[in-house]
Amino acid sequence: MLNTLVFVCSAYALFLFAIAFAAERAAMRGQARWLRSPIVYTLSLSIYCTAWTFYGAVGSAVRSGFEYLTIYLGPSLVLIGWWWILRKLVRIGRSQRITSVADLISSRYGKSNLLAVGVTILAVVGTTPYIALQLQSVTLSFEVFGVGDIATGEEQGHTALWVAAGLALFTVIFGTRNLDANERHNGVVMAIAVEAVVKLAALLAVGVFVVWGLSGGVSEALAKIDASSLGQWQIDGGRWVGLMMLSAAAFLCLPRIFQVLVVENENETHLRTASWAFPLYLGLMSLFVVPIAVIGLEMLPEGSNPDLFVLTVPLSQGRDGLAVLSFLGGFSSATSMVIVAAIALSTMVSNHVVMPLWLRYAGGGAKVSGDVRGVVLLARRLSIIGVVMLGYLYYRLSGGGAALASIGLVSFAGLAQILPAMLGGIFWRGASRLGALVGLTLGFGCWGYTLFLPSFGAGVFLPEAWVTAGPFGIGWLRPHALFGIDAIDPLLHAVFWSLALNTGGFVLASLASFPGPLERLQGAQFVNVFEHSAAPRSWTGRVAQAEDLMIMAQRILGARDAQRLFEREARRQGMTDTLPAPTPSFLETLERELAGSVGAATAHAMVGQIVGGMSVSVEDLMAVADETAQLMEYSARLEAQSQELARTAAQLREANAKLTRLSVQKDAFLSQISHELRTPMTSIRAFSEILRDTTGLAPEDQHKYSSIIHDEAIRLTRLLDDLLDLSVLENGQVNLNLREGLLSDVLDRAVAAAAADEHGARLRISRDPAAEQIWLNTDLDRLSQVFINLVANARKYCDATRPALEIRVHSSDRLVIDFVDNGTGISLEAQDVIFEKFSRVSDQKAGGAGLGLAICRQIVTRLGGEISYLKGQGGAAFRVVLPADIAMAAE
Amino acid sequence: MSKRVMLIEDEPNIIEAISFILSREGLSVETHSDGTTANDKLRASTPDLLILDVMLPGKSGYDILRELREEAGTAELPVLMLTARGQTRDREMAERAGVSAFMTKPFSNAEMLDQVRALMAETS
Amino acid sequence: MTEAGPPRRGKPPVFLERQSYRRRRVIDAARVLPFIGMLLWVIPLLWREDGAVAVRSSSAILYLFGVWILLVAGAAVLSAKLAAQARDGTAEVEARGGEAP
Repeated sequence: MLNTLVFVCSAYALFLFAIAFAAERAAMRGQARWLRSPIVYTLSLSIYCTAWTFYGAVGSAVRSGFEYLTIYLGPSLVLIGWWWILRKLVRIGRSQRITSVADLISSRYGKSNLLAVGVTILAVVGTTPYIALQLQSVTLSFEVFGVGDIATGEEQGHTALWVAAGLALFTVIFGTRNLDANERHNGVVMAIAVEAVVKLAALLAVGVFVVWGLSGGVSEALAKIDASSLGQWQIDGGRWVGLMMLSAAAFLCLPRIFQVLVVENENETHLRTASWAFPLYLGLMSLFVVPIAVIGLEMLPEGSNPDLFVLTVPLSQGRDGLAVLSFLGGFSSATSMVIVAAIALSTMVSNHVVMPLWLRYAGGGAKVSGDVRGVVLLARRLSIIGVVMLGYLYYRLSGGGAALASIGLVSFAGLAQILPAMLGGIFWRGASRLGALVGLTLGFGCWGYTLFLPSFGAGVFLPEAWVTAGPFGIGWLRPHALFGIDAIDPLLHAVFWSLALNTGGFVLASLASFPGPLERLQGAQFVNVFEHSAAPRSWTGRVAQAEDLMIMAQRILGARDAQRLFEREARRQGMTDTLPAPTPSFLETLERELAGSVGAATAHAMVGQIVGGMSVSVEDLMAVADETAQLMEYSARLEAQSQELARTAAQLREANAKLTRLSVQKDAFLSQISHELRTPMTSIRAFSEILRDTTGLAPEDQHKYSSIIHDEAIRLTRLLDDLLDLSVLENGQVNLNLREGLLSDVLDRAVAAAAADEHGARLRISRDPAAEQIWLNTDLDRLSQVFINLVANARKYCDATRPALEIRVHSSDRLVIDFVDNGTGISLEAQDVIFEKFSRVSDQKAGGAGLGLAICRQIVTRLGGEISYLKGQGGAAFRVVLPADIAMAAE
Repeated sequence: MSKRVMLIEDEPNIIEAISFILSREGLSVETHSDGTTANDKLRASTPDLLILDVMLPGKSGYDILRELREEAGTAELPVLMLTARGQTRDREMAERAGVSAFMTKPFSNAEMLDQVRALMAETS
Repeated sequence: MTEAGPPRRGKPPVFLERQSYRRRRVIDAARVLPFIGMLLWVIPLLWREDGAVAVRSSSAILYLFGVWILLVAGAAVLSAKLAAQARDGTAEVEARGGEAP
């Protein structure tokens, strides 16, 4: 019997090899269409149903009634609700070329390898016991057929080892034919689809045999069920809902499911079919579980292992053929799970652990050359062997006892820890790397402490005292009663706390952290995957690369700079009038240029994605580049605006200061005017009152006082005239009356006018008539006014005993007229202010209000020249400079 | 002996007018037109009343006033201040400097005489 | 949610609006279906579990698998409708318009 079984097994294995090989051949010949139909996709999903469910469902039904159903109901709901999550997951997986769950999480959170390693560890820890479980069920089923023949643990171990070795061989051969994870494993998928059919057929056959063969029909079977110990509906409500949720979560997170669901997905529309076909498959898988359990309980002796009823019921009825079919179903369940799990895990291990280490220690950096391919393949193969052997070792070390039976749900709970990071990553742009890291760490830690480690039994990994009294006697830290909550099922307890801490940590850390550029780019790509990838498509090759790079560079660097860069690179490559070839050196240059604009990480990702044809389409990049360009433009505009604002503010401050100065000047000016007006008026009023009120005033006094009044009145008038004059000049309202005339004539008039109101010492004026023969074309009256002022000043203020004024004229490119007297001149500090209003040259009252020079300066400025005080001339010296165009050389 | 008034003012016509008015009142008037030497003159011979212009060449009336208020001999001296800048600020500055009375130019002779008489009466 | 998209080339707008409306309702149904299933599969928690009046397992089997059949049938119908619509060339709308919850 055992020999027959070994033969059947070997034949079946060969058959699977043949199927896989044929499928690979067909795919290579381009006939893969029929291989990758929606039905095959749906059937490949059936690796969800492992030996644990194939055999264990009946056992579970015997022990806890209908609870086994939850394991099927959860995934059914996920599939039926495919529009929510699976559709998005598959689209992301395809558009981002995701290779595994770890890759999905890592890629979403800024290609973080730390996260990838974390998820890989989680997956390995969660899956290894599961592989061990498969080996155990195959071994147990062998044992059923060989009752009495062999029973030693050593022999069991041999069986498991042979199975493990065979599986590793198959997986290595068909799982690593192609390096590129995106190219599907046609052989493997086809083989597991066949296995899916075998296991469903086997279970249905046993079920049909039980219902129609042993019970005598549907109604009889139902009656038997009602009469059995399972006859009444009894369920733990918390576990019913909790396990449904858990299995749904696990379905999304299990590495092997992700492998067939997302990575091996050929066409998104297949999901549509699977959305109803897979629930149907699950329904059929679970349909006969209860009848088999009931018949097994009824027919088999007390104490038989209910986990093996699927085998032992046909065997007990002498239906060896059916039993072998059933055995093959279980064998298929176990092997397909191990194969796909090994492929999924080996992809993770080699991509996220082995390759990074190899690249770091093998030297040479990340330069892609021929032997990397070999290294990757080797890493994959060793990983597969490692993963399978790890499962075998686990099986041997755990002793294959009852500890394994519960490992299925424990494993589910561990892998479900990926869920918050996964769902958060595809639905929430704010989810950050730190959040994922914190959530996963908390969830993994909590799961390990409350479920995984205690599952080995008290005293194995956790000291018994910890389990019963809490670590160090801290009661609220007991693994099965965190925070004192001990009234619920340990599994639910662990699932609740681990997922609660996981989700809480994930959300809080995400809210508190700020993602990097690549992370944000990936976040947008994932969450808005339907906006970014209009339709499923495959990479079109590398023809358009240079153009794509050019377009992207233009959007980031600006058209002119990008074109210049590309032209320069093309010339360097010895090409003209064409785009440069994407050689490594060119790409490095381009990346550096882009990095200056968008940062190194983003630039690297962009170039890598275009050239490597990796995860993001060119359209996606364009979207990002556009966004970046807009952002940059916007920030540049903001910067310009803020500069402008700063300038405006500075101008405003300046204007304000000027206004303040002007206001101070105005006050001072008004004060001065007041003083200048009130002073003569004081004299006038005082003397007029004296004349009016004083009787018997001497006639000469009368005359004297009247003269004072008269003089002061004239002084007032002159002051007002000057003020008005100055006001007109300052406001620029003066019209220049341009005429032609000789400079000598103007000076003559000025000297004469100044002499008219002369009193006091006579002023001797020396002139140079020859030099004065210059024709002027200007406002002669205004110019004359300036000269009058200057001559009058000399007359009033020259303090020499024999005052003399010399008027010198010299014309070069400009006309210069100097007025120099022989007095003591003007003090140094006064020189700065003599041209200001109301500044008097000397202390004595000379009838002036101090406006004369201010008026002079205004006039000369209006005439286009300038007036200044000449230092070091002995006496007071003023220089009037007029522009050449008003002076015409004498004929 | 007639009371003495010292007048410090730089405008000759105003000096003449005030001197005339005060002489007719029977006061003896001593005039100075330079601000810088005014305090020395005051120290040399303290008058019964000081009439002080604000805008003086060399030193302002405020400075002269502040300085004489700090000296024991002239701390209580009645001072009548005259200014041609009739702004409130000028009056405030004069009061802070310790002025006894303040008049804005142009003034009426009678008013000025009244002020002078009042200030002289206070001291005697 | 506005039902009427902008009229497309060469198709009468009224027809398109109606079609677009139908496909959105189909998507809504696809979204709601898992929740209906969830609800129906949680109902057994309300069943009596004690004594002679407890629900018998045969009824439970019939109910649970009945719901299963209904859900599979519902999913199959919706899947077929979505497939038909995708063939009509409204896949674009499916991808974009269907996103807003």
